[in-house]
Amino acid sequence: MSTSVRPKTKFRHSRLSARNREWIAGYLFVLPDALGLLVFLGLPMLLSLVLGLYDVDGFGAYRFVGMANYTKMMRDPLFWQSAKVTALYALMLVPLLYVCGLSLALLVQKTNRFNGVIRSMFFAPHMVSLIVVALVWQFLVVDKIGVLSRLTPALGLGGISFLGDPDYALFTVVAVSVWFLMGYYMLIFLGGLQDIPAMYYEAATMDGAGPIAKFWYITLPLLKPTSFFVIMISMVAAVAGSQAFDIIWVMTGGGPANSTSVLIVYIYQQAFSFGAFGYAAAMASILVISLMAMTGLMFLLTRGGRFSYE
Amino acid sequence: MARVEIENITKRYGHLEVVHGVSACIEDGEFVILVGPSGCGKSTLLRMIAGLEHISDGTISIDGEVVNDVAPKDRNIAMVFQNYALYPHMTVAQNMAFSLKLSGLGKDETRDKVGNAARILGLEKLLDRYPGQLSGGQRQRVAMGRAIVRDPEVFLFDEPLSNLDAKLRVQMRAEIKSLHQRLKTTTIYVTHDQVEAMTMADRIVVMRDGLIEQVGSPLDLYDEPANLFVAGFIGSPTMNFIEGAMEADIFRGTGGIECHSNLPAAFHGALVAGIRPDKIKLGKSGGPFEVLVVEPTGAETQVVVQSGDLQLVALVQGRVTYRPGESVGVTLDETAVHFFDARTEQRIEHLDRNLGSVSRQ
Repeated sequence: MSTSVRPKTKFRHSRLSARNREWIAGYLFVLPDALGLLVFLGLPMLLSLVLGLYDVDGFGAYRFVGMANYTKMMRDPLFWQSAKVTALYALMLVPLLYVCGLSLALLVQKTNRFNGVIRSMFFAPHMVSLIVVALVWQFLVVDKIGVLSRLTPALGLGGISFLGDPDYALFTVVAVSVWFLMGYYMLIFLGGLQDIPAMYYEAATMDGAGPIAKFWYITLPLLKPTSFFVIMISMVAAVAGSQAFDIIWVMTGGGPANSTSVLIVYIYQQAFSFGAFGYAAAMASILVISLMAMTGLMFLLTRGGRFSYE
Repeated sequence: MARVEIENITKRYGHLEVVHGVSACIEDGEFVILVGPSGCGKSTLLRMIAGLEHISDGTISIDGEVVNDVAPKDRNIAMVFQNYALYPHMTVAQNMAFSLKLSGLGKDETRDKVGNAARILGLEKLLDRYPGQLSGGQRQRVAMGRAIVRDPEVFLFDEPLSNLDAKLRVQMRAEIKSLHQRLKTTTIYVTHDQVEAMTMADRIVVMRDGLIEQVGSPLDLYDEPANLFVAGFIGSPTMNFIEGAMEADIFRGTGGIECHSNLPAAFHGALVAGIRPDKIKLGKSGGPFEVLVVEPTGAETQVVVQSGDLQLVALVQGRVTYRPGESVGVTLDETAVHFFDARTEQRIEHLDRNLGSVSRQ
């Protein structure tokens, strides 16, 4: 005897509507990633926010101090120095990466064997550990014996101390960062360039546009979504990227005279050199919040990289 | 306005030759359509005229001047692309003004020209819209507007209607034709749609495999196709072909088809007879042909019949009462039968087409 509630029908009906089933499947697919992000990124961020309210000595003692770490920050000249260095580093890195990445992409845009090799060469730094990259560059620019340091007097520039002079050290680490990252941004721009249909260039050719007019009126405007993405992630990379820490930590350690001490280097020093975990956590929280505010503002201003014609 | 001369044009990509020494002449003010199946080289030829493709061999002249090495912008031609290629980040007005802006034309003059073109095409109210906000037909008109503002000597169209739905295509066909009648600019138009070619062209150039098969007015091609390919390509529904041979003055074809002909007496080779669907009459029931499909379209009805291996399509005016499975007789209008050499596929000219209609019931 069948006791089924559902009357017998020709087709097997699901208890869920087709739309709900799709919805559930979608969320099931992103669940593993979402969980991973939550546990390994969200939770630590939340904990560091909490940690910022404590005085932590690193040996198990936690003392609630409220906003004390934050007021300390406001009065800490080294924090402000690091914030300034971070801003300078970002102000140089973001535009340089944009220009270098796009220029390289335009140069190797045509697909042929030669350009394939060139593309791989520009991307090659990413195959190497950042520490190794920093060590090699340090060897190239170190005072007296570095290859570049020996070259500058020969070029009549005098003996420049690339890493020892507070006026040059930041430029040096910016240059190495650009060198390391530009191949990656070249790839992103190559993808963006390939997304621009060839017909627009043909139409522009018929309209009488030369290479420069095509770049200004076709390439650049149609690259807007890519540009938005590049500026956004290069900004994040400048403020909190692994290259910012590794290259600076290995090449200068934040010196000389704190001239290359970006915030993540200073935070690391406070936490692991001086054991001020609570203070470091408070600064990290400020860093993350200001980064979120910046990207959020950019997102709002550009409507998420979408444009008026869409 | 200008005359375009194409002489012995060859196009090679590496070792692959895709256009094999093609020659044609487009007269001043003429509307010429290049038509052929995909891959026949028609678009390549158009792009060589535009200057978007390098010419491997031969010359293209506009108004008597060889333009092989002249940059596209200096050829004084304008092109309408298949996907319109409207710049998505520019408004309709900016799209139309782009070439004028690049040529350094003043603002007032640019506005006048764009306004004028917009008026011709009925785009005045859309000038501030972006292409993404327009319908297919409107985009098509903007693409034409972009070509018109430049006041070129030659218009090139590369399958401009293939992205439109059937109804809009018919409407735009008429608009392009009336635009040409109004501006009288030399126009070269590429399509794979023979109906477009038939309805719009002053002359049609039929291409296949990188060669020109026939050049002529639409009705010339329809009435006297030079070979089997043109016969099958021009006209819809397509021409029926019947293989067979002459016995005395009677052509005997597959499916038991027979018809009188006064082909040159010496012709004894294998033949293909061609007959347009509207020149086939279906008789009363009881004939040797079986009705397979009946496709009514209102004003006329298309009937597919079969006998043995031979399938014929007949186009009957008005409505019919045939049903699939029914047997019918078939009558050919013998004055309208075309004969082709089965080996060379070339047309064989009749000596005299005035023959009485004899049928096989």
